[in-house]
Amino acid sequence: MTDNSLDIRALHFSGIASRLRRLDASMLLWLALIAALAFLILNPVLRLIISSLQETDTGSFTLANYRTAYGNIRHLQSLLNSLELGVGVALLATCFAVPMAWAISRTDMPGKAFVRLMVFAAFVTPPYLGAIGWILLAGPNSGWLNKVWMALTGASHGIFNVYSMTGLILVISVTSFPYTFVFTSSALDLVSSEMEDAANILGARTLRTTLRITLPLVTPAIIGGIIISFLEAIALFGAPALIALPARFNVVSTQLWQFFEYPVRVEEAAAYSMPLLAITVLMFWIQRRILGRRGYTSVTGKGGERRMIALGPWRWVMLGYALLVCALSVFLPMLVLVQAAFAKAWGRGFSLDNLTLHNFYYLLFEQTQAKQTILNTFLYSAVTAFAAISLTLAIAYVVNRKLVPFSNVLAFLCMAPFVVPGIVLAIGFYAAYAPPPLALYGTATILILGFTTRFLPIAYTSSAAGLRSINPEMEEAVRILGGSRLLAIRKVLIPLLKKSLAGAWILVFIPATRELSSAIFLVGPNTRVISVMLFDLSEEGNFEVLAALGVILLVATVAIAGIGSKIIGRDFMLRRNS
Amino acid sequence: MSRLKLTGVSKRYGDFLAVDGIDLELQNGEFVSLLGPSGCGKTTTLRMIAGFVDPTLGTIEMDGKILSSPSGSVPPDRRQMSMIFQSYAIWPNMTVEQNVAFGLELRKISNAEVKRRVGEMLEVVHMSHLADRYPAELSGGQQQRVALARAIVIRPSVLLLDEPLSNLDATLREEMRFEIRRLHDEFQVTTVYVTHDQAEAMVTSDRIAVMNHGRIEQVDVPRALYNQPKTRFVAGFIGRTNFIEGVSDGHQVSFDGFALPRSAFERDVPAQGKAVFSVRPHSMRLSDVPPTAGNGGSAVGVVVLERAFLGEHWDYVVKPREGALTLRVTTSPMNDFPIGATAWLEFEPRQMALIV
Repeated sequence: MTDNSLDIRALHFSGIASRLRRLDASMLLWLALIAALAFLILNPVLRLIISSLQETDTGSFTLANYRTAYGNIRHLQSLLNSLELGVGVALLATCFAVPMAWAISRTDMPGKAFVRLMVFAAFVTPPYLGAIGWILLAGPNSGWLNKVWMALTGASHGIFNVYSMTGLILVISVTSFPYTFVFTSSALDLVSSEMEDAANILGARTLRTTLRITLPLVTPAIIGGIIISFLEAIALFGAPALIALPARFNVVSTQLWQFFEYPVRVEEAAAYSMPLLAITVLMFWIQRRILGRRGYTSVTGKGGERRMIALGPWRWVMLGYALLVCALSVFLPMLVLVQAAFAKAWGRGFSLDNLTLHNFYYLLFEQTQAKQTILNTFLYSAVTAFAAISLTLAIAYVVNRKLVPFSNVLAFLCMAPFVVPGIVLAIGFYAAYAPPPLALYGTATILILGFTTRFLPIAYTSSAAGLRSINPEMEEAVRILGGSRLLAIRKVLIPLLKKSLAGAWILVFIPATRELSSAIFLVGPNTRVISVMLFDLSEEGNFEVLAALGVILLVATVAIAGIGSKIIGRDFMLRRNS
Repeated sequence: MSRLKLTGVSKRYGDFLAVDGIDLELQNGEFVSLLGPSGCGKTTTLRMIAGFVDPTLGTIEMDGKILSSPSGSVPPDRRQMSMIFQSYAIWPNMTVEQNVAFGLELRKISNAEVKRRVGEMLEVVHMSHLADRYPAELSGGQQQRVALARAIVIRPSVLLLDEPLSNLDATLREEMRFEIRRLHDEFQVTTVYVTHDQAEAMVTSDRIAVMNHGRIEQVDVPRALYNQPKTRFVAGFIGRTNFIEGVSDGHQVSFDGFALPRSAFERDVPAQGKAVFSVRPHSMRLSDVPPTAGNGGSAVGVVVLERAFLGEHWDYVVKPREGALTLRVTTSPMNDFPIGATAWLEFEPRQMALIV
């Protein structure tokens, strides 16, 4: 007994000593991490807010930027246009996504695997490529759909015009509905069939059960999807620039871009981006409030087995609807894009003598810039993915093991870029790091830093989820056998995390290869990336080469996603990390 | 005419026969339990009655009308039944009141009437003060009461319960057993209750159907099931028991180490050949003096092999002095026999059930 208590006292003393020692090391670690995050997130956002209140030349306090930004009826109209666009996309994407999610998650609709694959395809298609596909489909008179219409009816004019608010809403909806789909279907997967059985046995048929029980149960998820697609729509730059500008109207993102045309007016742009930032923060706050009420999913209960509802002949109706959405989002735009990529002139149609590989040859061998651009894209994206994963893994580890005080601040900062639209973040980066002393404008560094910040939340959720899945006892077993923490991390943690880190890497890499909204403000003449080049090509009206470049981007993306799903398991990108 | 009638009902899933030719009749207002181990087909049977599963063979009738048959079934929403699920399936997006009102609203009843009946029902299950709560804000027992209220308020033709108490803790489970029986006595709804817990079935039921491997082994009132189990499975599943095998020669039945007169048994023991009996541990008496003969019983000298004191009683394992048979006996806490001691074990042949 005496021996034991002596031991305990000895332990106690050494415990205090080691805690003191650890405090030093952990403080350093904490400072390093917080400095990195301050550089990536706090400073750009603060600089954005400050410069919106500064005079361009003197730097003294002024409200003039706000006056210029909002004292113009066209600028105000753009704000309203963005609002209309956001609401339109949110509603249309919901109409696309919710019935499909329900059919796949809860009914015996045939062809589920195929429909899921197509939703995935829509998910990895960059919105601006979808927009180009739709320009080829529904451009006034020359678009394929219009040609078909004229051939069928003998009319002299087409009836579709993609260059309109309706066109823009459709184009963005078909690429952003997968968000709502993923949210809704993963929520529906959690609803126990007994919830529906209970309504059935009390006398409700399938339709009423679905409308009164099943869908209300997943309302928070649907609202989450609505909010995400709304925010995605108002923050998007590519598709609006391709469609709204020729249609002679502006939205906030295209208006912001115009502030960057010579002479660059960063301060006004900063002032003008404030509503975007405010709305985003507000929306996420609303979503949290909604999710906070009632324990929606918490009461799904045990014994929650899921059986598929037999739809009878209606399952073919549901399949038809799902295929229609797939056609609008994938089949049709991809068909015309691929046709254009292999065509001498896309308008000449699907004949053999129109077939050529020249567009690819031109991109890959003749035009030196294109080659450089493609290389840039994949290099920057790869570095971005490495940077984001390393940083967030360190932070997730520190947060998960509570190694430092206030570790939750780190987690919060990692997730903060989520509420900053890419375009706003880019302006913040421009304001913070383009001018001296750093003068990073036009360098690869600013692009990579910008991308890293933008995808920090994705990286953090994946890293944290990966870490949570590993029992700390795995490491403790190393420690008790005499291994240091670093050894435990190197020999046990990293090998165990290999798979989820690879998944996280791909989850950052893929959106980075297609990122346009922030790239457009940060690229210089020598750091162009594919998305920016696509945008430039579209301004020249060179759709064949553009389509070929788009096909290259898509093939690379699909190949990497394919490798990813081989390593990590199917539909890893459509899983909801929460 | 019976309210609910199952005739030769079977359900096959691929090669697996989940339910194998069940016959069962429920009178109006009767409370019948389907009792059995997991995988015995009781839940499948219940889901067939509800209409969620169609039988492969056989028919289910209600009030003489066929509800389910292999050729077609009335869907669940038109059976006028209600059901209580293992997970309760209380809709978390609706308040207690809205949950209970749901079934009534489907029945085109005026709002005032719905409100009145929901109010009354909540009163009955003691939930009136929580009418505006959401399910997430209720305890397990309270959610259970909401599920009961929601099922009973529509005055169903048949009430189905699928292991409703398995997610509650032990004390609450005991309380809810009596609650379910109380509600049945009040509303007299014909009820089918699925459970694997024999105590639950015995407290709540008028009759119990013991199921095993997709078949009904025995349907009886709880007392008869315990005292006169007809099969080895029923005897072993309901309560603890000893199985002893005897050989009858017409006058007496000889066991390993002792014999009893054939006339002493309640049921007819075959005149010749083997017979297996189920003897409950507490239907035998253990004493230190040989009892006076002549009361039909028979005393056998035994040796105590093992014992355990359980507070409310003693558990002994004894062996007749001649023979290898071991028997479990429970006695009052006062009867203290050390291991190795000899004692007299007294049988009561009328409490020995002949197993077929």
